[in-house]
Amino acid sequence: MDAPVLEVHDLCVKRDDRVILQAEHLQVYRGEVLAVIGPNGAGKSTLLLVLSRLLTPDRGQIQFNGQSVYELNEVVYRRKIGLVLQNPLLLNSSVFDNVATGLRFRRLPGNEVKRRADTWLNNLGIAHLRRQRAGTLSGGEAQRVSLARAFAIQPQVLLLDEPFSALDAPTRARLIEDFHELLAATSITTVFVTHDLDQALYLGDRVAVLLDGRLCQVGPPQEVFSAPANPDVAAFVGVETVIAGQVVSSQGGQIGIQADVLQLEAVGEVVVGREVFACLRPEDITLLPCGERAGSDPSPKSSARNRVAGHIKRMIPHGPLVKVVIECGFPVVALITRSSANEMELEEGSPILASFKASAVHLIPR
Amino acid sequence: MPHNKFLQLVLYVLLILAIGLTACTNEPTQVEPVIILATTTSTRDSGLLDVLVPDFEEKTGYSVKTVAVGTGQALEMGKSGNADLLFVHAPPSEKEFMDGGYGSERYLVMHNDFVIIGPADDPAGIKGVPAAAEALFKIAVSGAPFISRGDDSGTHKKEKALWETVDVSPQGNWYLESGQGMAATLTIASEKQAYALTDRATYLHNFNTLDLKILMEGDPVLLNIYHVIIVNPEKWPDVNEQGARAFAEYLVSPETQEMIGEYGVEMFGQPLFFPDADKTDADLGLE
Amino acid sequence: MELIWEGIKEAINLLVSGDPEVWEITLLSLKVSGLATLISLSIGLPLGTWLALSRFRGRQFSLSIINTGMALPPVVVGLWVSIFLWRSGPFGSLGLIYTPAAIVIAQTIIAAPVVTGLTAATLQQLDPRLQLQLLGLGASRTQMILALWREARLPLLAALMAAFGAVISEVGASMMVGGNIRHQTRVLTTATVLETSRGQFAMAIALGFILLFLAYVVNLSLTWIQQRGAK
Repeated sequence: MDAPVLEVHDLCVKRDDRVILQAEHLQVYRGEVLAVIGPNGAGKSTLLLVLSRLLTPDRGQIQFNGQSVYELNEVVYRRKIGLVLQNPLLLNSSVFDNVATGLRFRRLPGNEVKRRADTWLNNLGIAHLRRQRAGTLSGGEAQRVSLARAFAIQPQVLLLDEPFSALDAPTRARLIEDFHELLAATSITTVFVTHDLDQALYLGDRVAVLLDGRLCQVGPPQEVFSAPANPDVAAFVGVETVIAGQVVSSQGGQIGIQADVLQLEAVGEVVVGREVFACLRPEDITLLPCGERAGSDPSPKSSARNRVAGHIKRMIPHGPLVKVVIECGFPVVALITRSSANEMELEEGSPILASFKASAVHLIPR
Repeated sequence: MPHNKFLQLVLYVLLILAIGLTACTNEPTQVEPVIILATTTSTRDSGLLDVLVPDFEEKTGYSVKTVAVGTGQALEMGKSGNADLLFVHAPPSEKEFMDGGYGSERYLVMHNDFVIIGPADDPAGIKGVPAAAEALFKIAVSGAPFISRGDDSGTHKKEKALWETVDVSPQGNWYLESGQGMAATLTIASEKQAYALTDRATYLHNFNTLDLKILMEGDPVLLNIYHVIIVNPEKWPDVNEQGARAFAEYLVSPETQEMIGEYGVEMFGQPLFFPDADKTDADLGLE
Repeated sequence: MELIWEGIKEAINLLVSGDPEVWEITLLSLKVSGLATLISLSIGLPLGTWLALSRFRGRQFSLSIINTGMALPPVVVGLWVSIFLWRSGPFGSLGLIYTPAAIVIAQTIIAAPVVTGLTAATLQQLDPRLQLQLLGLGASRTQMILALWREARLPLLAALMAAFGAVISEVGASMMVGGNIRHQTRVLTTATVLETSRGQFAMAIALGFILLFLAYVVNLSLTWIQQRGAK
């Protein structure tokens, strides 16, 4: 990744004196796909409008290839980017005319318009709809037209706002697949907004987390998902167990944490005495039955350094999985398959041991 | 076509229903209180009816609906039985109307006179010309604008008759036809600074708003004679003959004749109409 | 019944024989009302677009004024235009009263609020995000507005037809400011009034038929365009 194509500094957008978007620093690099995730109303769409200069922020700088976008002519800048809103918002004309819209705005010669529009109709697999009127398309087809319309512009940055959220699951899956391939093939710089973590993981080279109008964390997906920057991010990206504690020992990368009456082990470099949150993803937790003789029976040797005892508070079915909430002085959430739950004859109230590796514990400073 | 036949049938049925309904509602009443009076716009514009009609209504209890239209339409209303009586001023057409049997009685009521008005600077130089026809001829020759009612009204008919006597068939840019009532035509004449033939009453009534002067008056041919005609009930049995007769008699009664003679004196310093009920058509040069 | 048959026969006669006066009156009506509609379009389309797309204080108030203007009685317009154009009025020196230009002015005042109001209503019915999407595809502001007009072309066309229908059929203003002067300002509606007052009912009916026929042609073309647009 070389120089950023887009760079945002110290951004602040207010509506009726309320801050609805705040971002200290955000960079979008050439050729990358940046997935902006966050729940609904987190300011994701606002970010896209600011990036496409359709909304002027109350404060902040946006640089495009090192130059402030506010020094550029507005239309000139907008013609370097392409924006796709959540609903397809097609015009009442033929599919071809819709795909040609952005090209005609740019006053490209007719044969070039035709060539590019036809290329992208093909690329999105809708060439056969070329002459059809936009109003007669299905949701999936319309979204493909909308994407073709933006790709045909060949923008330096493609900005997409929840482009798949209005589609039914199978249609969405097929379109995401095709979209992924097109992004890989064109290596077009893309900022892609979604509330869906799976889409972000699948499509994003990097992930930016927007919560409640604040840009909280930007990084590769595995980093954001495994090492959330704060408990809110942790909660949003699926870390369901957050234990407050204090570092009591730190030696050779191994860290001891005192959390209430429990001792936990983790890995990392944190100084002794530091208050931390220990975060655990539910899929990293293993459950062991402890039967009637719990406590007296020496547990089998295992590489899982942490082991806490408790009893099952709730069991929530989750497709083929079961989410098990264990009370051990603090709630611990584990995700296990339905068959293991059956084999272990787990039920609400049963005593249980939860174990997890030291490396599964992610520490966030308090 | 069968379709057409069906439509015809429907129309007939509707027609029969309509006639039936009218017959039912038109049960013989003692006195039909409403009289439909068809008159000319110039009569209305003079304001005279605004005095006479309320007085008549008060005295008799009848209610008069005054429909002010062009003389042509007024006569048509009489011919088709849509009016009970006519109060008009186009003697030749009235004569035709009577000869056609459309009217049962016709009385001479009053006259006023026509005048030729025009811009104060009188570009055609008609001031002092004794004969109306000659004055019109001078206007035509000078090419100064002249505005005609052009609506087959009594005034328009008088004007056409004058053109005929000097063998001019007026046309061209200078000859404008308004197709409107007298007052509206006078307004146009004032705006266009054109000549026009008008009855004195309407001119005086609108004098204040007009930038026009009387340039030619006094020719006997310019008399504007009003008759009242009762529409012939033998042709149209629905005609309210009783009411029509009451109004006609009211118009020629001595008291009304006096009112007519005094109308306008207070406001304009001169009468607008001259009562004629005691005269004959021959006295006024008709026939 | 006889009157109606006479009217129909004479109407056909007049049309088939190409009576020059009927043609003159019809052409003048089309010219005057067509021109007034076009001027209304050039005022109402931008103004209505501005009212629909911009946000400013007093916008609702302006829209309510325009909507009231859509119901302006032609005779009121005729009266005020007359007052302004009479030689005694502020624009009297232009010498416009009782000319076709005066009718065009009055009819424009009648039609412009119709075009403005319907344009604003039409554009407000479009999805507001469409503007953002068009700008996001690189449209300049002008291109965006043109695209919105194109998107709303059918209702806009209907607005235009409504305006034309309103002015070709109005009589009050044409009579008052035009004066119904033969060969100069006599249009279909004022001629119909005149022929009726002259008792020339057949001619009046004939002129009425021409008016109806024009209305039919206007509606037919509107329907045709809508059908084409719906394909």
